[in-house]
Amino acid sequence: MDFLLNRYRSLTILVVVVLAQVVLLAFQVKTNSNVPLIRVWAVEGVTPLAGVFESFRSTIAHFIDDWLMLANAQAENRRMKDELGKLKLENHYLKSELATAQRAEALQAFQKRSPSKTVAARVVGTATGVGAKVVFADRGTTSGVRKGMAVITPDGIVGKVIASFPNASQVQLITDPSFAAGVVSGKNRTVGTLKGQGRSDVIVDYVQIEQPVEQGEWFYTSGDDRVFPKGLPVGQASVVRQGRTFKEIFVAPSGFQRGLEEVLIVVDGVHQQIPDDAAAQAQPVSLLPPPPQTSAAPPGGGSAPATGTAAIPDSLLTDADRLKRKYNGIGESVGYKFGEGMSSPNFNAPPKSPAPKTEAASPSANPPAQSPAQPAAKPSVPPPGKQ
Amino acid sequence: MSEYGEFLATAPRRKGALRFRPAVMFLVPLAAICFQVYVPRFVPFAAYLELPLLVTVYFSLMRRQPVAGTFIGAAIGLTQDALSHLPLGMFGIVKTLVGYFAASVSQRFDVENPAIRIILGFFFFVFHKFFYWVLARALLGEPLPLDLAQTMAVGALNAGAGLPLFLLLDKLRDEDPAVIR
Repeated sequence: MDFLLNRYRSLTILVVVVLAQVVLLAFQVKTNSNVPLIRVWAVEGVTPLAGVFESFRSTIAHFIDDWLMLANAQAENRRMKDELGKLKLENHYLKSELATAQRAEALQAFQKRSPSKTVAARVVGTATGVGAKVVFADRGTTSGVRKGMAVITPDGIVGKVIASFPNASQVQLITDPSFAAGVVSGKNRTVGTLKGQGRSDVIVDYVQIEQPVEQGEWFYTSGDDRVFPKGLPVGQASVVRQGRTFKEIFVAPSGFQRGLEEVLIVVDGVHQQIPDDAAAQAQPVSLLPPPPQTSAAPPGGGSAPATGTAAIPDSLLTDADRLKRKYNGIGESVGYKFGEGMSSPNFNAPPKSPAPKTEAASPSANPPAQSPAQPAAKPSVPPPGKQ
Repeated sequence: MSEYGEFLATAPRRKGALRFRPAVMFLVPLAAICFQVYVPRFVPFAAYLELPLLVTVYFSLMRRQPVAGTFIGAAIGLTQDALSHLPLGMFGIVKTLVGYFAASVSQRFDVENPAIRIILGFFFFVFHKFFYWVLARALLGEPLPLDLAQTMAVGALNAGAGLPLFLLLDKLRDEDPAVIR
């Protein structure tokens, strides 16, 4: 036996182990029972590890999910940024197109409204030259544009054509230092010469110091320069002050208010009326309705003739009014009706009874102390304030 | 003697058993069992991998001691049984036999050779499958099916998976005994 155990030790152990397990198996099958201890140990040993693995796995899975979501969000963010950029560009382009369309519409409306014949042009470039305010418009001689034509926008004058080419023309802006044009103010009709300064504003020169010009007053083209039709707006006087010889009037050009992209070239100008002060027109004044007409005679008056002077207080009557009242009284006293071809009454005759009433119309000529002495006049003249 | 027989006869063999840290001897089989318990929940394909068997084969081959292989197989098999719905002993008996024979074979072959490892991995998988089928029918009376083609395919899969696994476990060895001729 010892020999077998020593000689076949491994095999013996194998047989023992296998037999032990067979017995264990047979016991379980025979008794139809379990071996809870081993199972509890195994399960209790493995399930915590499984829990750890599950936590680790869920953490990793969530991390990967989050990372993937973040990567996706980043990619989507990048894509949306690109899309936003494109939309911004598109929006900017559409806004530009809309503004262009609106300007074109305004130009077209102005063209229809204006009596002058104009040609719409687009400003396509700026001429070279330090300080020069000269631009290129895309209309030239083929469109009927000639040198010396006025260039305007619906808001005001812009400049004049100084050179014309087949498909383009050079426009000297009113802000150019060598530009000059005749202008007149809208309210006071003060005439001057518009001159550019190379800056954004222009001046109106050669206006005498004593000539009235108000700040904010509009200037219009006078038509004297034979370039701009009369009546086109130039701008509002932003600064008005006394100079040494002339007034210093700075005008903010109104023609550049909406930029300078589309202009109208006046190929056939028609002079217009210079409107009243645009600023006054732009601010409507509220006026009360006129007071109700009264049938009463003026206080102290006699027969209250149906003339325009009837309702005028005596203190406001002129000598002509008083003379007119006197003649009316003479005419009524003799039954004469003016304007019916009757022979003239004797206006030099002393007035009869109505005459004192006429005289009484003037409080200054008819002192209150004398009124009780003229009762004849009272029935026809109701006292003031009793009508 | 054939050419391969000569190769086997003349192949360098290792002297003595390879040693592993006790923690490795405990944690690696436990990890293999946990893998089988846990991973197929999320990766159904992983159910075809019999990692406890591969670990049993590896440790038995490396230990080169049939007694050690016997106990290694019995321990891993019984733990596997404990986590199954079947009576204790089915996997225990089969893996005990696998451990014993693997350790016995390691005394005759160069188990460092990848080809040998693949062949042994395939062989012991088929052996394990077949013996389990026999025991289930003989001891429990359960008519388990045995699909040979599937067994061969899964065996090949496990043999292929065993090669990198064995290389990975080689890194956990404590010492490398001298190679003798």
